[in-house]
Amino acid sequence: MAFISSGYNPEKPMENRITDIGPQHFTEFLQPVIKKNFGKWLYHEIIEPGVLLHVAESGDEVYTVRAGTARLMSVTMIREICEVADKFCDGYLRFTTRNNVEFMVETKEEALNLKKYLNEQKFEQGSYKLPVGGTGAGVSNIVHTQGWVHCHTPATDASGTVKATMDAVFDHFTDMKLPAPVRIAMACCLNMCGAVHCSDIAILGVHRKPPMIDHQYLDNLCEIPLAVASCPTGAIRPSKVEIEGTQYKTVAIKEERCMFCGNCYTMCPSLPLSDSQGDGVAIMVGGKISNRITKPAFSKVVVPFLPNNTPRWPEMTEVIEKILTAYSEGANKYERLGDWANRIGWERFFEVCDLEFSEHLIDDFRDPAYYTWRQTTQFKW
Amino acid sequence: MAKHKTPLLDQLESGPWPSFVSDIKQEAEARSKNEKGLDYQIPVDCPEDLLGVLELSFTDGETHWKHGGIVGVFGYGGGVIGRYCDQPEMFPGVAHFHTVRVAQPAGKFYTTKFLRDLCDLWDLRGSGLTNMHGSTGDIVLLGTQTPQLEEIFFELTHNLNNDLGGSGSNLRTPAACMGMSRCEYACYDSQELCYNLTMEYQDELHRPAFPYKFKFKFDACPNGCVAAMARSDMAFVGTWKGDIRIDQEAVAAYVGGEFAPNAGAHAGRDWGKFDIEKEVVGLCPSQCISYADGKLAINNKECVRCMHCINTMPRALRIGEETGTSILCGAKAPILDGPQMGSLLVPFVEVNKDDDYQAVKDIVEGVWDWWMEEGKNRERLGETMKRLGFAALAEAAGVPVDVRMVQEPRHNPYIFWKAEEVEGGWDRDINEYRERHLR
Repeated sequence: MAFISSGYNPEKPMENRITDIGPQHFTEFLQPVIKKNFGKWLYHEIIEPGVLLHVAESGDEVYTVRAGTARLMSVTMIREICEVADKFCDGYLRFTTRNNVEFMVETKEEALNLKKYLNEQKFEQGSYKLPVGGTGAGVSNIVHTQGWVHCHTPATDASGTVKATMDAVFDHFTDMKLPAPVRIAMACCLNMCGAVHCSDIAILGVHRKPPMIDHQYLDNLCEIPLAVASCPTGAIRPSKVEIEGTQYKTVAIKEERCMFCGNCYTMCPSLPLSDSQGDGVAIMVGGKISNRITKPAFSKVVVPFLPNNTPRWPEMTEVIEKILTAYSEGANKYERLGDWANRIGWERFFEVCDLEFSEHLIDDFRDPAYYTWRQTTQFKW
Repeated sequence: MAKHKTPLLDQLESGPWPSFVSDIKQEAEARSKNEKGLDYQIPVDCPEDLLGVLELSFTDGETHWKHGGIVGVFGYGGGVIGRYCDQPEMFPGVAHFHTVRVAQPAGKFYTTKFLRDLCDLWDLRGSGLTNMHGSTGDIVLLGTQTPQLEEIFFELTHNLNNDLGGSGSNLRTPAACMGMSRCEYACYDSQELCYNLTMEYQDELHRPAFPYKFKFKFDACPNGCVAAMARSDMAFVGTWKGDIRIDQEAVAAYVGGEFAPNAGAHAGRDWGKFDIEKEVVGLCPSQCISYADGKLAINNKECVRCMHCINTMPRALRIGEETGTSILCGAKAPILDGPQMGSLLVPFVEVNKDDDYQAVKDIVEGVWDWWMEEGKNRERLGETMKRLGFAALAEAAGVPVDVRMVQEPRHNPYIFWKAEEVEGGWDRDINEYRERHLR
């Protein structure tokens, strides 16, 4: 490999340097029909799963075909997406917040052709490359984090759990037969880069063993006061140990106080906590973000732990399918998963979803815990 | 022939959902064939080594990535996340495998020209693997080595006219919904406001000076497609004053079954005939809708703008004409002090491009000044708010106190009165008191 210079001169880093330019202005990337009708849209309709029609005041129509992606994608895949956009959409496309890709055309016929074309694109090994769907009262794509692909703190994998889940609920991606949209999100540790705390269904990687302490290296790699301050429960204190006659400055951990958040490990690499037996996933449900009908709401933990049974996490997908089935059968039209659970009562939720309620599901973390206990004699048998 | 055996990952190639394993394998093959004859600047087999290290994690149930080291480009304190494999001898191609965050255009609209240029850059100087997109919104380029960072930045800024995104204790790359580009619900131009604030605060974005990360997100209506209220320290959620516009003929068309309710979102199941009483009137959270004699009426004064009636009958109902944004502060995921939803700081502010959004910027800067002064190391705005109280935030932001800021009034009488609020102040004479009250 011969180093290829971009033109950057390491001797003079400021020479010809461009900084602080931000992204390009978004209007550089808008399709003509989008630009023309900007701010002048009248209404929209989902004409079939994965195909939206937007009508502008001018009478212009734009049809959007939405397709799922794995989010983790190669430049080869992006170039294929570009080929689709060049072939059908004059070289324009967009991505959604939920990792779908959208292609826009101006007639229904083109849209239906495009949908057919996208559903024909498959990897050699069989999976769709760009399955059309993700609209309306169904399951859209899963927002998620990096997992074992690229992160130092995960308690599970992200791409693998997402693939397993989306395979299991694929029918709900390509159809719209649920009572309301179900947003699934995945975060591979409690840091929640994916912010799964307001999702209809959340998959969350959790640790269950306190950190180990790399005594002989800790003081060289970490600022002890920062490691101590990082613990939200005050379980970490400065300490000294003697190993083979040498004294080391280090920390001590009150293990019974650990809530397995991993914040100490974020601050100090000498406190690793990942463990094949300790780590796995929790399932949370009933969160939402939209202000529609009811207020935005947090997700609630309904399964405290499931093992990392790679490669497909069968216990996890089974729980998700059970919850989706019970919700689909029990909820009213327009009723989000959490609103349904609130209406029937959480005692009934656990019954109809066939889930076990355990002490781990009673909140005991600080003041907000109190507001989740039952302060009424109204309950169901 | 694959470099590493991946029997577990191979099982993720079946099933309908797009397989990231098949895609990484496809990239590995493309790099090994190298039909364009590129002189790859990082190991050509890094996708294979990534599959190898991932298979190891699938086998032993633990990650094999170390903490990020401090890497980046000159003059920036963010945008690149150092990443090293903890089994570099087994997987030399990914021994050093840094992430580069690239600022995405607002609303994530692209031309294929831009994406192809980015692919060419990343093919040559990186792993060829990406996330489209990261959770915060950036384009994420997964995996390159330190000597390439300045080169990537140089080409990105010079050839693609694009900058890096944020990381660390700074303003993270702001993200917006598609807004007015293709949505009739947009109450303000979320993309333009996102772009404007991104440009105004480039220094805050690239050079960490905050106690911790800070996120702006822009949702142009209360449906919240970018989840601003749940995950941004400062959420801009479009709203309106005045009346929802009603087209009674279109209402009749929904009632008559000519238009599919909820924009066709429920078409996959037979939910029976559309029942406007049950599905619209009955579900209105503030019960401000009535339907009589074939006419829909909305008592707009009592409307809380939840969007349900508009979402259900988009051809008949439109948002009001006096539009702006609400601002909510303090949302975050549970680390550390539990999850927080954004709390309403500003019920309504005009989003006015003509004065360069000065009203919005005044609020932003008031909040930042306060948080930078009072916030502890690694304390999100929401946590500072909890520690010091909502009223302190409102005062810092220069926002008049409004009953709309609370769900309900306080549950306890422990009011922190200030001396100047109490007649006569707090200076009293104990001896004078004792003249009235013997010891």
